[in-house]
Amino acid sequence: MTDVTEAVDESPAATARGVAVEFRGVRRSYGETHALDGLDLTLREGELLALLGPSGCGKTTALRLLAGFDTPTSGQILIGGKDVTAVPAAKRDTGMVFQAYSLFPTMTAAENVAFGPRMRKVGAAERTRRAAELLELVGLGDRGGSYPHQLSGGQQQRVALARALAISPSVLLLDEPLSALDALVRVQLRDEIRRLQLAEGITTLFVTHDQSEALAVADRVAVLNKGRLEQVDTPQEVYQRPSTPFVAEFVGVMNEVPVEIEDGRTRIVVPEPAEGAYTSKLTMQVRPESLLVGAPDGFPGTVLTSTFLGAVTRLVVTTEVGELTVDAVTRPGLPGIGDQTTVSVDNS
Amino acid sequence: MKPAVTRGRRWRVVVFVLAGIYFLVPLLSAAEFSLRIPGSGYGFANYLAIATDPELLSSLLVSLQIAIFTAVVTLVLVVPTAVWVRLRFPSIAGLLESATILPIVVPPVVMAAGIAFVQANLGGPVFRALFASSVTALTPFYVVLALPFAYRAVDNGLAAIPLRTLVEAARNLGAGMPSTLLRVVLPAIRTAVLGAAFLTLALVLGEIVIARILLYTDTFPVAVVEVGRSAAGVSVALSLASLLLAWVLLLAVSFAGGARKRSSA
Amino acid sequence: MTSLLDAPAAPPEDARPVRAARSWTAVLGLVPFLGYMLLFLGGPLYFVISGALSTPEGLPTFDNVIASITQPQFQAAFGSSVMISALTAVIGAVFGAFLAQAVITSAPESPLRRIVSTASGVLAYFGGVPLAFAFIAALGQTGLATAVLRGVGVDLYATGFRIDSLTGLALTYIYFQIPLMVILITPALEGLQPQWREAAENLGASSWAYWRHVALPALLPALGGATLVLFGNAFAAYATALALTSGSIPLVPTAIASALSGNVIANQQNVGLALGFDMVIVIAIVMVGYLWLQRRASRWAPR
Repeated sequence: MTDVTEAVDESPAATARGVAVEFRGVRRSYGETHALDGLDLTLREGELLALLGPSGCGKTTALRLLAGFDTPTSGQILIGGKDVTAVPAAKRDTGMVFQAYSLFPTMTAAENVAFGPRMRKVGAAERTRRAAELLELVGLGDRGGSYPHQLSGGQQQRVALARALAISPSVLLLDEPLSALDALVRVQLRDEIRRLQLAEGITTLFVTHDQSEALAVADRVAVLNKGRLEQVDTPQEVYQRPSTPFVAEFVGVMNEVPVEIEDGRTRIVVPEPAEGAYTSKLTMQVRPESLLVGAPDGFPGTVLTSTFLGAVTRLVVTTEVGELTVDAVTRPGLPGIGDQTTVSVDNS
Repeated sequence: MKPAVTRGRRWRVVVFVLAGIYFLVPLLSAAEFSLRIPGSGYGFANYLAIATDPELLSSLLVSLQIAIFTAVVTLVLVVPTAVWVRLRFPSIAGLLESATILPIVVPPVVMAAGIAFVQANLGGPVFRALFASSVTALTPFYVVLALPFAYRAVDNGLAAIPLRTLVEAARNLGAGMPSTLLRVVLPAIRTAVLGAAFLTLALVLGEIVIARILLYTDTFPVAVVEVGRSAAGVSVALSLASLLLAWVLLLAVSFAGGARKRSSA
Repeated sequence: MTSLLDAPAAPPEDARPVRAARSWTAVLGLVPFLGYMLLFLGGPLYFVISGALSTPEGLPTFDNVIASITQPQFQAAFGSSVMISALTAVIGAVFGAFLAQAVITSAPESPLRRIVSTASGVLAYFGGVPLAFAFIAALGQTGLATAVLRGVGVDLYATGFRIDSLTGLALTYIYFQIPLMVILITPALEGLQPQWREAAENLGASSWAYWRHVALPALLPALGGATLVLFGNAFAAYATALALTSGSIPLVPTAIASALSGNVIANQQNVGLALGFDMVIVIAIVMVGYLWLQRRASRWAPR
């Protein structure tokens, strides 16, 4: 592997991709507890799959099993169609970015990036060139001589990303790489990871507990809970059509609203025994942005809290059917805390 | 991977076995020797000598006094300084730690030589008071010897607690700095403080160089060596006993600290 | 020392150390500690140095110092002191580092950790007399270990071994050098981040390559610094030698002690002080080496 760039597929086909990684019935138990309880998951070539879930759900276990830092209790892991379950981490050909502090402190940024090629016996000149090229790619072309402690947290993670890419891995593994960063840097780096991933066309497993992060960058999102997969789908589907109550709860805020549908319009009602034959009563799961406040024919309630979030303002309204969370476009005349208002489902 | 794990375990086992042999054989040999009774097998006679020999008993009391004074002075110096450095001078922490290395590397015999010079050549009420008894003469210098590990132990203890938050909260509630140290910081690091105190005890029960050169021969370790000239078994028994005492005290503190951490977690 | 021996800790996220405002009142807080050190450590050292450089009558002279480094018995003492200190420092450092690593990588809740760490504290500082007794009891001519070895056909004393020889003394010194190394090096070993090993492995490094390229460079200043402290520790040790050999092996501390106690020759006191002065010089060189290592580490370690 002298020419490390060779392996990079510049133009990943958007459709009909091959299978890059496969978890087959992977189970990892520590005594009585199952960190991972029979995971079946496929990563397609060139896609970014976000593994989303609360802490302790098994997502990091899955990542570490794929990297080879841990061995499954049972099941198989395949990379590029080959069973790697028994292959040691050093020979797995995966590139990993850790949460933080993973750069080697005695090496400069460039030496860090060149470490992987060095372990693969790439010549000194070639790996220096490769390191410079990758640092340029992550926007740190001028910081190659800096030691990790001279770099900011965001810069350190960029170097870590360059270091992982330097071995042209068949899979890129990101272990909550943004969780230790400031909000602003987090968003910037998130978007940059996505840009790079698309440009290099590299299959990526992105582990995160932050649903907004997962929804923003992933081709597909896999929601994990207590070692089991809840749903694997595109961000849109996961958000709009959560297949389990857990997913609905975990991905964004979800209101459970009792409604009746009449003449194609959905109205919030107090659940009562059905009277008319033409109305149907049911409980509906509604996102905060799909609720409206202040409509004349809405369901009455009182504003409990009001949180300004920029373009939208999040209101929590107490009503007879419980507390409802509403994201309203910020505008003059929104009800304030304590004000009487109404809530209705946006039918448009 | 599994092979790596077993390999890892194997080298640890080798290290522990070697260390176990090297560290236990001399101790067990000393124990065996100390239990010998000339001509009649084994018994605790050598250990009981402490109760029957008035000179040994009084030397033990002298050394315990020195140990207590040394521990108190050491902690009074170390705790506020370590807190102060962490709060106000994080940048000189390295410098101060380097300074506390000095007592490890400055030979006690050299210190003793300098003190002996003062003892022999300088008069005046201050020095007469200082050199009046082993307690007054030895305590100040044993404090110097105790500083390196006392500082290290206390600083480790401080590193494990949210010091700044605690101090600021206490100050915010109207406590002065002295009562903050005494009532808030000290209880939070009591394991470390006790550890430092018992290490000081170990030091005082083991130090003979300065005491001998300054001719304060009424301390316990010196008396133990002296008794060895006529009764080697007693000497070995008592030095082994003081070593074990210091260790058991430290171990108890360590387990008590660990238990507290677990139960509050 | 934290900054050196605890060195390879990860840099705090984006946290350049905020320099605390240094007012004079803040400096006052350090006065008791530093003042005490100056008075009770600096004081004796001052009298050692001034006594070394003067005649018994108080006149300045270099004669004592010259005598202390030219007389053959003192040269022999320095030779054996430096040799035994260097030897036991290196051996103690290597085995101590292995033992510390073995303890750190064992189960975190096991009592083994507490036993080793507390025993290290006691053995490193208790030193001296009990240690010598224990080794005599084990490996002396009638020692238990000697007898057991003879029982299995190994006659130590037939090979020329003696517990009160330089070899026996070195074997005994190592007994307190290893625990001191464990104490000094443990924070640095704990500072090795697990993700460094994983990152190295992930990038294709073998276990050996990880130690060679990542862990050892990060540990080097701490290892070097601790080894120097061990050297100083052995160089300073006297009680063990005194109890084990009754002064039969020429060592600098032994020479000082006998010079101080024997008033046979007129200026023997001052020659003793001059020997102490020489020791201080050696220690100063050791400390300079220690600080130099600290500076070298600062190239990559956060300050």
